[in-house]
Amino acid sequence: MRFVEEFRDAELGATVAAQILSLLEPGRHYKLMEICGGHTHSIYRYGLTDLLPDEVEMVHGPGCPVCVIPMGRIDDAIAIAAREGVTLACFGDMMRVPGSEQTLLDAKAAGADIRVVYSPLDALRIARENPEREVVFFAIGFETTAPSTALTMTRARAERLANFSCFCNHVTIEPPLRALLDLPEFGIDGFVGPGHVATVVGLRPFEFIAADYGRPFVVAGFEPLDILHAIEMLLRQLADGRCEVENQYKRAAPDAGNPVALRAMAEVFELRESFEWRGLGEIPRSALKLAPAYADFDAELRLELPGASVPDPQACQCGDVLKGAIKPWECKVFGTACTPEHAIGTCMVSPEGACAAYYNYGRFAREGEPA
Amino acid sequence: MRSEQRVLEIIETARGKRPRFKDELVTMAHGAGGKASQTLIEGLLAPSFDSAALAELGDAGAVEVDGREIALTTDSFVVRPIRFPGGSIGELAVNGTVNDLAVSAARPLALTVSLVLEEGLAADELRAEVEAMAAAASAAGVEVVAGDTKVVERGRCDSMYVCTTGLGRVDPRADLGTGKIEPGDRVLVSGPVGAHGTAIMLARDELGLDAEISSDTRSLWPAVEAMLDAAGAELRCLRDATRGGVASALNELARASGVCVVASEDAVPVQPEVAAAAELLGIDPMYIANEGVLVAFVAPAGAEAALAALRTAPGCERAAEIGEVGAEPPGMVLVDTAFGGQRVMDLLAGDPLPRIC
Amino acid sequence: MCLAIPGQVLEIVDEGNRLAKVDVAGVKRNVSVGLLDDEDGGVAVGDWVLIHVGFAISRVDEAEAEATLKLLAGMEESYEQELEELKGSSIE
Repeated sequence: MRFVEEFRDAELGATVAAQILSLLEPGRHYKLMEICGGHTHSIYRYGLTDLLPDEVEMVHGPGCPVCVIPMGRIDDAIAIAAREGVTLACFGDMMRVPGSEQTLLDAKAAGADIRVVYSPLDALRIARENPEREVVFFAIGFETTAPSTALTMTRARAERLANFSCFCNHVTIEPPLRALLDLPEFGIDGFVGPGHVATVVGLRPFEFIAADYGRPFVVAGFEPLDILHAIEMLLRQLADGRCEVENQYKRAAPDAGNPVALRAMAEVFELRESFEWRGLGEIPRSALKLAPAYADFDAELRLELPGASVPDPQACQCGDVLKGAIKPWECKVFGTACTPEHAIGTCMVSPEGACAAYYNYGRFAREGEPA
Repeated sequence: MRSEQRVLEIIETARGKRPRFKDELVTMAHGAGGKASQTLIEGLLAPSFDSAALAELGDAGAVEVDGREIALTTDSFVVRPIRFPGGSIGELAVNGTVNDLAVSAARPLALTVSLVLEEGLAADELRAEVEAMAAAASAAGVEVVAGDTKVVERGRCDSMYVCTTGLGRVDPRADLGTGKIEPGDRVLVSGPVGAHGTAIMLARDELGLDAEISSDTRSLWPAVEAMLDAAGAELRCLRDATRGGVASALNELARASGVCVVASEDAVPVQPEVAAAAELLGIDPMYIANEGVLVAFVAPAGAEAALAALRTAPGCERAAEIGEVGAEPPGMVLVDTAFGGQRVMDLLAGDPLPRIC
Repeated sequence: MCLAIPGQVLEIVDEGNRLAKVDVAGVKRNVSVGLLDDEDGGVAVGDWVLIHVGFAISRVDEAEAEATLKLLAGMEESYEQELEELKGSSIE
């Protein structure tokens, strides 16, 4: 696979790892946050921590659009799917996420018409092919995915589809980062930035992190070599005393982002006044809803939803994991009450959740340690 | 706060226990060959039937008849669509059961076939499947000696379900069992992985992917026979890597024998199109179902000969050594990643689902 | 949010709806290329694009990819010694 395998080259990996070693300041411990769940997944899946020195600690951030959806919204999705005549189309990522009583997978087993799709366009096709059913697309994702939903809604409107709507849970990247940076004692030295979000928004939205909060920020691709390279660039900035936003993912993320995608989003969505984030609470202007011109396609307006705000179970510490305050294994219920098969929180069931990544990939005693 | 080590210990202790089947409803996850399946089998089925042979949890069960060891196995096939590139439900049914016998080192002798047909199924389709079964049985050298047919109302099954039972005679050249696996043993795989499950996903046409990927369904008895010939005494254990893929087969064996399996990602053969489709969907080929792939655990002394023998069998030309057995951590499968680090390869909770994140 | 894979545009299959057939190592899928309809024109046959949820979300620039790989390969100082230490420090 071109543009993929070259960036998984083990020899180049070793070269960059050696370079990282040479940039360490003696006696200094570095805490770097990778924001995006996809980066967390890659780090564990390729065993990158084996290639990084102990002095470089990776802290997992909140960039997992599945993880940050609060339980009440899952309950809403299940309520939608449970209705007579309704088909809920959603990404596979959502199927195991727990609501207050059950998951979408459980609801499907109990008879709800829930279909896993790869693309919002597949949901559109289901609506076209089943005019007698009310098809609702469960939209999730940061700015990476929102433009695709936007184009899908534009198409639905152009086709005057009467039986298609969107349950919109798109979120934006800047507000949660600000919320994190405002936390007292947020001891992160630098950020590995979300490469695919950057293909849409460019570098500009991240400039405040370097300018106002004094942290270097490197937008990174998702292959293991990209991540190591971004870490190298961060350490180089720290060694040089620089503090900038840099782009490691130049081959795919233009510095200016994608104006066409941004325009598509602006046409179809507007910012909600506030949105509840798991673990971070209410954050103003951090999520999208359909614009008035698309009211006919807004599932929240077409259907009545419970709309309850459901707090996480007492035992759940997903919020702390998402903020990077604790490591997955430091959660009180990690691996015991909360496992991938029976999860209490989203971090354990999202494909890119930090707890899932650690449990599925990182959970073993290294050589020389007692098991 | 507990240390990371302590947390890992607590988890491993819990996982080592026999699971309890506490689910309220049966979900698709229970049929996927992952953790949910394991819980169903170990938590409900095995304890209920209370049989030493069953407790082995092998692909076939051993029964002694007049001093000879006979292997008995059963399988149901519920695939949708029933015809797909590379095969159909009929062939799967025959080869699947033949393979369960083969990996128990039992020469397949006879099958029974039970058909559950959906009202409205076209006679031509039924005829095509029956002919496919007959052809596969003949190719595999087995006789279909008995059968049954039922018809259910339209909508009650997907065209047809096929259930097969197979009987074979255990070959004296090998003494296989999970208890025989030891640190130092080599792990072989008989061919490229992930083709069958990917072919089915593509044939369902819900994901819009188009590629030259066919099911790998085939009888593995020639492969097993070749290995028995070349290195029978050194064979420790074989397993058919069907639902849940090679990853699940390795996990089952690691768990049953209490050893650690370390696999090398780079060494596992995968067809480029299968790798690409899996990459697009965010699924790991190691978890995708196969219908013509086995994993073999072989003592070091016999590994080279076993591999060479495997490669002579039809469809097994790309057989490869993919790993080694270690002592610690017990019950776990680790992978040396293509990039240089190491990670765990656990059972999945259920079916691998396409993801966007 | 993060799963995107590079593929090459084989043909435009639906001009009006901006759909193109894209190839990823032998696997083909129709994807929407509407997000790449910029002032320079839309995608062309032979272009490499990044595919996410059935949409091409950006182009993959071959020259930049080469440049990145060259840069990494150029970090050549042979730190044989450091590599040994690195392996040592990965045992926690």
